Amino acid sequence: MAVIHDVMPAFLLLQPGSLADARKLLERQGPDAWILAGGLDSFDWLKDRMRKPKALIDLSGVQELKGVRSTPDGVEIGAMTTLTDVANHPLIQQQYHLLAAAAEAVASPQIRNQGTIGGNVSQDARCWYYRAGWPCYRAGGNICYADTPDGRNREHAILHAQRCVAVNPSDTAPALIALDAKFVLQTANGERVISAEDYFVGPDIDITRLTILRPGDLLSSIRIPATWAGAQFYFEKIRDRQVWDFPLLNVASAITLSGDRIERIRIAVNAVAARPLRLASVERAVTGKSRNAATGEMAGTVAVQGAVPLQFNGYKIPLMRNLVKRAIAGRQEAP
Amino acid sequence: MNVLQWAIDPRGHSVPIHIAWDLIQVAFVSAVAFLIVHAAYIRFFAGEKQWSGTTAPDVVAAIPERVPRHTLVARAFHWLMAASMLTLLFTAFLPKVGVEFDWVTLHWIAGTVLAASVVFHIIHASFWLDFWAIWPDQTDILDAIRRLRRFFGQAVPAPRRFAKYPLENKGFHGAVIAAGLSVIATGVFMMFRVRTIFFTRNPYLFTDVTWGWMYVLHGLAGVGLIALVIIHVYFGVRPEKRPITKSMIFGWMSRDFVLKEHDPARWTVTAAAVRRPREEEALRDAS
Repeated sequence: MAVIHDVMPAFLLLQPGSLADARKLLERQGPDAWILAGGLDSFDWLKDRMRKPKALIDLSGVQELKGVRSTPDGVEIGAMTTLTDVANHPLIQQQYHLLAAAAEAVASPQIRNQGTIGGNVSQDARCWYYRAGWPCYRAGGNICYADTPDGRNREHAILHAQRCVAVNPSDTAPALIALDAKFVLQTANGERVISAEDYFVGPDIDITRLTILRPGDLLSSIRIPATWAGAQFYFEKIRDRQVWDFPLLNVASAITLSGDRIERIRIAVNAVAARPLRLASVERAVTGKSRNAATGEMAGTVAVQGAVPLQFNGYKIPLMRNLVKRAIAGRQEAP
Repeated sequence: MNVLQWAIDPRGHSVPIHIAWDLIQVAFVSAVAFLIVHAAYIRFFAGEKQWSGTTAPDVVAAIPERVPRHTLVARAFHWLMAASMLTLLFTAFLPKVGVEFDWVTLHWIAGTVLAASVVFHIIHASFWLDFWAIWPDQTDILDAIRRLRRFFGQAVPAPRRFAKYPLENKGFHGAVIAAGLSVIATGVFMMFRVRTIFFTRNPYLFTDVTWGWMYVLHGLAGVGLIALVIIHVYFGVRPEKRPITKSMIFGWMSRDFVLKEHDPARWTVTAAAVRRPREEEALRDAS
């Protein structure tokens, strides 16, 4: 069980000054190392003594991992850039406002000042059975306590649940998927660039992780291509309280129009599954159609196909349907 | 190295959750070590097989050129079971050694196929096949003792030829029954914990401890099957065993191989083949 202690377990604190040093330390420490970005997820684990790494590699001193840089092909954001800096950066605000809106919706101003974009997309699940240290599937056990007849699962998954029903809590992840971002990973085999969608892992593939990061891997930056710069964006997050809360559901879309018709679209949702979901079926269904309430209605219906509610989260199905509808039609046009 | 993994359940009890996954490597290495030792023994040390007893010329004449060994239904069962077993092993253990894919659905579907085929096999073998042919009999045990004593250089008569199945075959079948029924029985209950088309999920069907031991038994039998399957495939491709393997494909064995390794008195190849020795036996007893 989780027991809140006054102090964290002892660990070796390593503070590299460069990305190269960080990689060396990761290699040297192996699976015993824990990467510390903003610390907002990490310190929960450490203070609850649910994780006891031998070494903590604090990336806060690695300047290469910070900042937003314009590139010939778009923009590159260091993984250690704070959410506040992402949300306030002029280039992000002007060209990729979708990400600014998503970053601004995270938690509270204090948390955004400390939390990083790399940490936000890499954070662990918030299922309280898992966070409490119960031996559930995600913790290496053989049961999902949330998916039982009396499990508390109001915040849990309605799609792609397989044994574990925890959801990914990131707000920036669906925005990055909608923007077709690429994640740059530093691995033992060198640098690897993958699409945002592929960064996330569901329980069908690996029930103990939310991302493809393995011990020793490091997310160093996020590249957003210019493809969707200046498109029509929509981000909406539904939560129990309007600040300092994880999403019950969020949606992000990027749309370009030709006249009133949807020429290109990418749309993603999060907090409905263990990984943020790009809604490819919705994209196919609405491409070439007018951007209006009827198309939004149809898109919402398509989006929730296959959704399976748990005991206490049936509300997420109409919620997702309506958010997708609004993302397609635009909030004002939706009835 | 731990054999099991334990956890603390919500009530504070220590419960087993599953086997230590290192046992996968242990099973694999053990099986490979066995086959290396066996292959080396056969290659460098083993003498030619020797048998006691002969077959009367009229019995030999009565045996057809191609001796039926496995019916089409039995062969279909074997290969269906093999396919489902391999699917089960790959879907169960590849993800544990780093090959990631959506394995759960494939696993329970393959498990369902295996369970259904085994139920069919039990019924088929009980009512349509010679049920006792695959179980060791007294002769098998006595011959095994003879072979063992000869292995250690003692002067004892050579063993008799096999019945339909060699003792090793029967032993393997017994081991597969034990491991197979264990994974099937536990696997059926474990399907209550995932979403399938068969049962309503009920993770509270048993206590955490009972579930834990069920997962442990499933895992132990599973890693046991890794070793068994490797050994089975090894023997299946060994040159001296190929006639047996071919019979599982084509359904028959050659008369020469049957007469060399199998005793028509113990395996009813034809009506004549079995009647004659029994008559001789009766006459011997009478005298």
